[in-house]
Amino acid sequence: MDFAKLFELIVAASLINNFVFTRFLGLCIFFGVSKKMETAIGMSITFTSVMMISAALSWLIFNFVMVPLEITFLKIIIFIGVVAGFVQASDTIMRKVSPGLYYKLGIYLALISTNCIILAVPLISAGEHYSFIESLAFAFGSGLGFALALIIMASIREKLELANIPGPFKGTPIAFIVTGLIALAFTGFSGLIKI
Amino acid sequence: MAQTSTVDYFGLIKNGIFKENTIFKLALSLCPSIAVTNNLRNGVLMGTAVLFVQVMVNITISLMRSFIHPRIRLPIFMLVISGWVTVTDMTMAAFAPEAYKQMGLYIQLIVAFASILARAEMFASKNKITPSLFDGIGMGLGFLFALTIISFFREILGKGSLWGFPIIDAKPLLIMVLPAGGFFAVGILMGFFNWIGARSGSRGH
Repeated sequence: MDFAKLFELIVAASLINNFVFTRFLGLCIFFGVSKKMETAIGMSITFTSVMMISAALSWLIFNFVMVPLEITFLKIIIFIGVVAGFVQASDTIMRKVSPGLYYKLGIYLALISTNCIILAVPLISAGEHYSFIESLAFAFGSGLGFALALIIMASIREKLELANIPGPFKGTPIAFIVTGLIALAFTGFSGLIKI
Repeated sequence: MAQTSTVDYFGLIKNGIFKENTIFKLALSLCPSIAVTNNLRNGVLMGTAVLFVQVMVNITISLMRSFIHPRIRLPIFMLVISGWVTVTDMTMAAFAPEAYKQMGLYIQLIVAFASILARAEMFASKNKITPSLFDGIGMGLGFLFALTIISFFREILGKGSLWGFPIIDAKPLLIMVLPAGGFFAVGILMGFFNWIGARSGSRGH
C-alpha cells in the first residue's frame, strides 16, 4: 500500500477540500453544535467514527453487491439506508454508554442521518472509484477536517457571545460571516498538495 | 367557501417564502445555498430542483399517509425522498449535463435536506393532498427565492455578469465568487432579513 498517497488523501480531505469551508457540506450541524466547545468535541468524535464505519460499509455494499448486480443507479437510496441504520445504532450505543452526552447531542444525532457529509463521503468515494483503504482514509480525513472546523468555530463563538454585535446580526448571521473569514484563511491551503 | 380556501392557500405559500423561509429564517439546508450560488443560473436550477422534490414528496407522503405505520414513518419518508431525488438526479444528468457536472453532488444531496424531511413529517403526513401541495410549493418557492437572491448578488458583484451575460464593466470583486464570499453573502442577507423582520414586527404592534 502506498502510504504517501494515503497521507495525501487525508491531508487533502481535511485541509484543502475541507468539507465545511470549501465544499460547504454539513453546515446545519456545523452551525448547530458549534456554540460550545464540549458539544463540539463530542460531536466530532461521534461524527468521525460514524463516518468511517458507514464509509466502510457502503464501500463493501457498493463493490460487492451493487456493481455485480448493476444497480449502481440506486446508490442514493441504498447509501442513505446504510447511513441511517448506523446512526440509529450509534444513537442506541451512546444512550447506554454516556447518557449525559446523549442528552446534549440527542437531537443532532437524529439529524446526523440526514447529514450531507456522512452521505457525501460514500457518494464521492463511489464516484472516484477509491479502493477500500483509500475510502477509509478519505472518511478519516473528512472527519478530521470537520472536527477541526467545529473546534475552531466553537472556540471563536464562545468569545463571540461577549462581543457587542448589531441586533439583526446576532446568532447565525454573524456566525456565517466568521465562517467566511475562516474559509478565506483556508483558501491558503489550496495548492498544498497536487492531486 | 372557495374564497376562504384560496386565502388559506395563499397564506401557506406566503408562510413558506417569508415567515418560515428555509434558509434565512430556519437556517436549514444551507449547504447548496453557498455551494452552487456563485452564478445565477446554477442557483435557479438548484432552487427549481428542490421545489420539484419538495412538491412531489409532499404529494406522495400525503397520499400515503393513511397506510404508513407511525413507527416506521421515518424510513418510509427517507425512501420516498431518495426516490424522487434519484428521479431529479437522472433527469438533470440527461437534460442539463453541463450544469450537472458542476452541481451533481449537491443534487444528490438534496436527499439529506432537513427541511424536506421536516415538511413531510410536520405537514404532509397530517394534511390532505391540496394543502400539502401548496405547502410544498410555498416552501420550495421560498428556497428558490433565497437561492436566486444570493446567486444574483454573488454573480453581479463577483463576475460583473448576470446569467452569464456581462453587465458591469468595472473590475469585479473576486472574493464574492470564492467560498468565503458565499458565507459573507448569506450572513449579510440573513442579517438584512432579520432587520426587516424586526422593523415590520415592531410596526405591526
